[in-house]
Amino acid sequence: MLRVQNLQVKYGDFQVLWGVSLEVHEGEVVCLLGPNGAGKSTIINAVSGLVRPLAGCLEFCGERIDGLPTHEIVTRGISHVLERRRVFPYLTVEKNLLLGSYQVRARPHREGSLSRVFSLFPVLRQRRNQLAHSLSGGEQQMLAIGRGLMSRPKFLMIDEPFLGLAPLVVTEILKIITQIGAAGITVLFIEQNVQLALSVSHRGYVLESGRMVVSGSAKEVLESALVRKVYLGI
Amino acid sequence: MSIFTIPSSEVLIQGILSGILMGFVYALIAAGLSLIFGLMEIVNFAHGEFLMLSMYTTFWAYALFALDPLLSVPLSAGVLFLLGWLTYRGIIRRILGGPMLAQIFATFGLGIFLRAAAQFLWTPDFRQVSKAWVQGPVRILGVSVGLPQAVASVACLAAFGMLYWFITRTETGFALEATAQDRQAAALMGINTERMFALGWGIGAACVGVAGAFLANFFYVFPHVGSLFALIAYVTVALGGFGSIPGSLVAGVIIGVIEVLGGLLIAPAFKYVAVFVLYLVVVLVRPQGLFGKF
Ligand SMILES: Nc1ncnc2c1ncn2[C@@H]1O[C@H](COP(=O)(O)OP(=O)(O)OP(=O)(O)O)[C@@H](O)[C@H]1O
Ligand SMILES: [Mg+2]
Repeated sequence: MLRVQNLQVKYGDFQVLWGVSLEVHEGEVVCLLGPNGAGKSTIINAVSGLVRPLAGCLEFCGERIDGLPTHEIVTRGISHVLERRRVFPYLTVEKNLLLGSYQVRARPHREGSLSRVFSLFPVLRQRRNQLAHSLSGGEQQMLAIGRGLMSRPKFLMIDEPFLGLAPLVVTEILKIITQIGAAGITVLFIEQNVQLALSVSHRGYVLESGRMVVSGSAKEVLESALVRKVYLGI
Repeated sequence: MSIFTIPSSEVLIQGILSGILMGFVYALIAAGLSLIFGLMEIVNFAHGEFLMLSMYTTFWAYALFALDPLLSVPLSAGVLFLLGWLTYRGIIRRILGGPMLAQIFATFGLGIFLRAAAQFLWTPDFRQVSKAWVQGPVRILGVSVGLPQAVASVACLAAFGMLYWFITRTETGFALEATAQDRQAAALMGINTERMFALGWGIGAACVGVAGAFLANFFYVFPHVGSLFALIAYVTVALGGFGSIPGSLVAGVIIGVIEVLGGLLIAPAFKYVAVFVLYLVVVLVRPQGLFGKF
């Protein structure tokens, strides 16, 4: 579904990605792991067109998407939940969600998408008339994911969904990610906690200093020498 | 000798009423400025010159084609919409990531250029629409005010209402608001943020397009006419809160009234003193303005 080949990105003179390749197949849940500053966000920002690559090829469903503006990329069925949630702070929960289905393709299904999101996250229904900035961190993350689902994407990318959340909320969102995957939506998400992320993923990638260092099935990644040594301290 | 004078109650009521009427015009001008600022945190320092161009558009439509200013409203709004759109596409877009000073000087320079161009093309002469459809006084609430002022006021209030409806009730309005709050997140919703920015500039300029057409009914048209209105618009936006559209309405009316009262209670020459004193008080006491978020 998604194929990233030899991706290179520079911010000014500072190169952060040095030829990264990655693939996500239809129906998979894949996690992208790596320490702070490795360039994980940069990869998915390049996929959604927020960052312009220096070199490389980005393909979605067999078509080149690099060079397209963001609003055209997402219309092809990609949804991207940004790092730190980035809900629209001064709009209500409901308006935030409705904006998720702004695309012409998604508008006819608004009512249905909304009730689906509300059944996935009942707390959002209770908060629907509240301004988004007044929600708790966990609720904002649910809103951000819910908003991402409102466009009925084929492919959902989530950047660090557990960042700064209480363990109970983490468990809840993990469950939701599994449910989203089970509902047939392909998922790529970023996380730093290797065990946590691999527990719900089919496959994983580990990025370090702009280079992919490990990739494989969840089991292979967990058992790789580097992950055992550096991330699990075994 | 005192510079304070005590006006009669009839003069006072008349003053307050005409202040409120002018306030609605100020509100629409300020709303355009505030819309652009709210969208991308750029102050359009050419806003006054945009107003000047809309007044000239109206004047020339009258002088060359005998089009009454009332009929020029859509023309002037359309011309200014285009001007705003082109300003974004041609200038603003190129300096968005640039340093703050570049952003200030770009619109400031555009303003100077437009003023000089107007002076070059149309001379510094004061021009006037002499036989407009609406002229003379009208009695409202027992006091007499100018009919052109009253018409301008009601029309600007109506235009303001339409703007507010558009922003808060339409899909495109939500998209503008979303773009203002988080440009990247908005793009990820499938919103063409480039188009939203251009649209914001177009609508912001069209606000003065409407106001200018009505102002041309009772105000002289000359290359520097925008400066005074722009100054008042900046004060209005600062008072109402940068980026707040409802704030512009409240602040516009407050400033319209204060301006008249300042003229009546102190002396006509000092009417703006009262306005700027109010501005200073607001900046010191509540820097974010009455309705500001920051
Ligand atoms: N807009 C930018 N301009 C300049 N440098 C940037 C920009 N965005 C990111 N960087 C730098 O690029 C590197 C990679 O950033 P990126 O956000 O992709 O890392 P990450 O793996 O997502 O890290 P984290 O886990 O902290 O989110 C970092 O060193 C960061 O400082
Ligand atoms: Mg990141």
